[in-house]
Amino acid sequence: MFVRVLQKSLVLLLTSATLAGCNAVVLHPAGDVALQQRNLVVVSTLMMLLIILPVMALTLIFAWRYRHSNTKAVYKPDWHHSTQLELVIWSAPLLIIIALGALTWVGTHMLDPYRPIDRLEAGRAVPKGTKPLNVQVVALDWKWLFIYPDYGIATVNELAAPIDVPINFKITSSTVMNSFFVPALAGQIYAMPAMETQLHAVINRTGEYEGFSANYSGAGFSDMRFAFHGMSAADFERWVAAIKAGGGTLEREDYLKLDRPSVRDPVQHYASVAANLYDAILNLCVDKTKMCVHDMMAIDARGGLGLAAAYNISRLSYDLPRTRSDAPAPRREYVTALCAADPDPIAGSTSRPLVSSALASPLPNGASVRFAP
Amino acid sequence: MTHHDLMRFLFGRLSLDAIPYQEPILVWTFVGVAIVGAAVFGYITYKRAWIYLYKEWFCSIDHKKIGVMYLVLGLVMLLRGFSDAILMRIQQAIAFGGSTGYLEPHHYDQIFTAHGVIMIFFVAMPLITGLMNYVVPLQIGARDVAFPFLNNFSFWMTTAGAMLVMASLFIGEFARTGWLAYPPLSGIAYSPDVGVDYYIWSLQIAGIGTLLSGVNILATIIKMRAPGMTLMRMPIFTWTALCTNVLIVAAFPVLTAVLVLLSLDRYAGMDFFSNDFGGNAMMYVNLIWIWGHPEVYILILPVFGVFSEVVSTFSGKRLFGYASMVYATIVITILSYLVWLHHFFTMGSGASVNSFFGITTMIISIPTGAKMFNWLFTMYHGRIRFELPMLWTMGFMITFVVGGMTGVLLAVPPADFVLHNSLFLVAHFHNVIIGGVVFGAFAGITYWFPKATGFQLDPFWGKLSFWFWFSGFWFAFTPLYVLGLMGVTRRMGHFDDPSLQIWFRIAAFGALLIFLGIISFIVQLVVSIRNREALRDLTGDPWNGRTLEWSTSSPPPEYNFAFTPHVFDQDAWWDMKTRGSERPTTGFKPIHMPKSTSAGLVLAVLSAICGFGLIWHIWWMAIVGFVSVIATAIFHTFNTDRDFHIPAEEVVRVEDQRSRLLAHQV
Amino acid sequence: MSSSASNAMSNTEPSGFYDLSGSHHPENGTMLGFWLYLMSDCLVFAVLFAMYGVLGGSYAAGPGPKELFELPVVAVNTSMLLLSSITYGFAMLEMARNRKAATLIWLAITGLFGAAFVGLELNEFVHLIDEGAGPQRSAFLSAFFTLVGTHGLHVSFGIVWLITLMVQVSRNGLTPIMQRRLSCLSLFWHFLDVVWIGVFTFVYLVGVLR
Repeated sequence: MFVRVLQKSLVLLLTSATLAGCNAVVLHPAGDVALQQRNLVVVSTLMMLLIILPVMALTLIFAWRYRHSNTKAVYKPDWHHSTQLELVIWSAPLLIIIALGALTWVGTHMLDPYRPIDRLEAGRAVPKGTKPLNVQVVALDWKWLFIYPDYGIATVNELAAPIDVPINFKITSSTVMNSFFVPALAGQIYAMPAMETQLHAVINRTGEYEGFSANYSGAGFSDMRFAFHGMSAADFERWVAAIKAGGGTLEREDYLKLDRPSVRDPVQHYASVAANLYDAILNLCVDKTKMCVHDMMAIDARGGLGLAAAYNISRLSYDLPRTRSDAPAPRREYVTALCAADPDPIAGSTSRPLVSSALASPLPNGASVRFAP
Repeated sequence: MTHHDLMRFLFGRLSLDAIPYQEPILVWTFVGVAIVGAAVFGYITYKRAWIYLYKEWFCSIDHKKIGVMYLVLGLVMLLRGFSDAILMRIQQAIAFGGSTGYLEPHHYDQIFTAHGVIMIFFVAMPLITGLMNYVVPLQIGARDVAFPFLNNFSFWMTTAGAMLVMASLFIGEFARTGWLAYPPLSGIAYSPDVGVDYYIWSLQIAGIGTLLSGVNILATIIKMRAPGMTLMRMPIFTWTALCTNVLIVAAFPVLTAVLVLLSLDRYAGMDFFSNDFGGNAMMYVNLIWIWGHPEVYILILPVFGVFSEVVSTFSGKRLFGYASMVYATIVITILSYLVWLHHFFTMGSGASVNSFFGITTMIISIPTGAKMFNWLFTMYHGRIRFELPMLWTMGFMITFVVGGMTGVLLAVPPADFVLHNSLFLVAHFHNVIIGGVVFGAFAGITYWFPKATGFQLDPFWGKLSFWFWFSGFWFAFTPLYVLGLMGVTRRMGHFDDPSLQIWFRIAAFGALLIFLGIISFIVQLVVSIRNREALRDLTGDPWNGRTLEWSTSSPPPEYNFAFTPHVFDQDAWWDMKTRGSERPTTGFKPIHMPKSTSAGLVLAVLSAICGFGLIWHIWWMAIVGFVSVIATAIFHTFNTDRDFHIPAEEVVRVEDQRSRLLAHQV
Repeated sequence: MSSSASNAMSNTEPSGFYDLSGSHHPENGTMLGFWLYLMSDCLVFAVLFAMYGVLGGSYAAGPGPKELFELPVVAVNTSMLLLSSITYGFAMLEMARNRKAATLIWLAITGLFGAAFVGLELNEFVHLIDEGAGPQRSAFLSAFFTLVGTHGLHVSFGIVWLITLMVQVSRNGLTPIMQRRLSCLSLFWHFLDVVWIGVFTFVYLVGVLR
């Protein structure tokens, strides 16, 4: 108990005293996950200061005391070994690291972004039966698309969530790597094409917070920002209702237009979203002429389609048709008509599993980014 | 064949559009470089020094001259890399509230990429390689490195890589991907221009040089130590050089391979890292960091060695805990391979994987901490002279511990989630690279400068330079720590939030101070060279040194040691001095030495031509370049005229001259 | 530590601080240096194997190893390379006996086996590309062509080197320098053999079996 109080007061002291003047959002977050991460930052720093401060002090003290002009100080030119001192030298950092390592092991597991949160705040568990808010996040060149599957709506460059409700993010990217980061809410996680990452978080205070891509992704990166609104439950319902009333649809064709590179896009709302759009984005097959990545992986898991499918390639080329070059897309020399012998069992397939067993888990190996054995 | 096809064949992608004459900054840079270049060229011509330079330096296989050339390369490239830094600092200090500054993304993105690439590959690497090249053979009592020709070749390959990066400034463009060029962004679809190709080929060519130089120094240390110098009697700088070169040999092939794979993606349409056809970009990120993390220790270990030598020499005391210092170095060497994943905790690995790599990273701080304490206790009961090298070392000890602390903080995965990719991270690695590698390089340069030239550096300008660098560092990077805690990301070209601006202005002020530090260093060199007679050191041992390099004259003769020393102690020269060893003055014998050759220079120029052809898709040029490299290499193996003997009379003449100077001194 | 590391040399004899006789010659580091190079090259292959390990199942809905690899041809190919290693061994034995002509003959046979290996491999590549299974067809094929092709490039480079050394041996004889060079190439050649055994096992055999 005493330790907790001490820790709390130290945290407060450090965070308020050092950066009172500026809005250091990492030290003053508004979501419980970010708050726990902040605490870990502060506690680790304090633990390390236990060794850093004496070292800095000793450096200055020794430098002053044993300066050349101070002939009163003891001079032992051949003194170069002391078993006791060596023990201290190695064990002092070792002890700190053992403590920090334990903290890291526990903290990393507790704050694993894939782990559903079990508390809303310190001392407030998630009430039984709470329905979390699901948000599907897509990093585009250079804007953010948020799809709310529970409500069938979508937004661009604007994210909202009710306070004290667990939010489950599923995150992917359209072209290159980005990182989804709302510092007030929780730590970041990469958004990668054809792969899905997850983040579980909760926002505890209403307000408008900044979100952005934290991983450089090209020319429009600096403007790849969005506002994140923490709202009361009622406000959030009103916000959803307004979007639903506002019209606008995000069909596959609309998405393909949205997918083209652009910067500083205004906030956009869509009252309806094409079915399974997020899955199609994740599997790079919004364009129906493309084979979905999970279908491809399911086929590969069965050993491929054999030589007959060797020329079946235009449906597997996702990047090149979307090149950022001004010049026409570089062509592969041997892109020809699809082989007639190709049975083509999946043309037009969207995101429904072709081989259900291979897809029992959401996505097979490469598509999920866990380094599972 | 149409005209267009002909032009395409002759010039590939290269056309007059590739010259950025519409960008005033680049035009003025070009004018500036051209004027300075013409002045240097004219001066050398006026002094009729071209033949001297070519024969005595460019073709030289003397490890000392090659070491000096590495250092010159590193310092020249420091000016380029620092110009990039100043441009970025100014951009970020003014690009607020609707203003996008004076650099549009196309230009700004190249600048931060080039800054990182140049500072790591063409500043830090040449500086530490230069120090190792110069000092290691002297410290182990050898007359040259194991493969003197390879040494010259390595240097020119590094220079060729640097020249390609410089060429990208005025012909075409550099990569706009960040210094590690993550795909898919660096793939052909999203970076179709020549920038990434410049990146790939400059690093490949320089990388070959680095790898061979690693093999070379490793073989030198293992095979060429003076009799009596057991492993546990090696000077600590040589120990760190040994470990660094183990890391080079074991890490750079990974970089080579991963860049080959990236170039196959870009040139041959393969799909290692693209989204197409089942590629996997995460493999690139893993592999590049399997090289990238050891690279960090490749840079820092030798400067740890420098600091050990400096602390011990200027405290007038034997190094505290030599054995634990050695073991700490070895432990760091091994552990540096087990931490690479901490560069991307946010990629979504499981909690156990993340904690494993987080904890291994923290474990590295234990031997590093032990080193720090060893330096402290070397000072304890010492008689510390605050000469320039010691000043840099003190600056390092104060600065580096903070960088180490923030590093361990970033190794805690949940903390990394909020600090990764932020300016906090940028502040952290500048804290360890400037506070460690750069300060260490300056400590080393000022420490061994009198050895290499025979005269001391001017202390006034040196102290000025140190204090500008030291204060400049803290002014430039403390604000970045703060900005990181405010959630500000790296690589941003402009900002919305006006409250951030004050911090960027302070950082820009810090960069200005560092600029003054660099200017002071240049002035220090000029002043010292002009006052060299007054600053002359005739003893060869101006600091009352402890290791063998101080036993010979300054500058050392071509053959380093007239007689190979016998070693009985880790501080071999100190041991010789305290036990009254006499310098032998008679009985000199002819000395067997390797001969200079132009082959290294030729091979590097041909490699650069081949690289240029590949970058611009000028296939005939690439093929001609490649075939000539192979042909020249084969031709060189037919050259049997590779060594000669310095006649005994010549040795007598040189050594007698030194005897007279030493007598004169007394 | 330093005291325990003292060797047989007297610790107290001040006159022994210099090698006045000039008898100390540092050891030649060529073999060590070459060995270090080989280890670094080994890491290049390690990366390519790792790439193949990760991407080896990404057929991109195209052909897999079962349809593509013809084990009998690869077996012939492998035997070419293994035989070339044996013949290089014979060349080294002749070199030890200082028989120049015999050395050259065995080296020539080694080179021919090597050339046959490269020829068969090129033939396999052309065949695959003809079937539409070129390196651009899938990540699996990218990894396959790069791993096997890098090995093939090494062998080709080894052949060029072999020819160079044969010319030099015929001109200079089996001098110590030439013997050292032949030993380096020998290491290189056997190293490539070892790498190929890895390729044959993990790429071809496992590929066809799985």
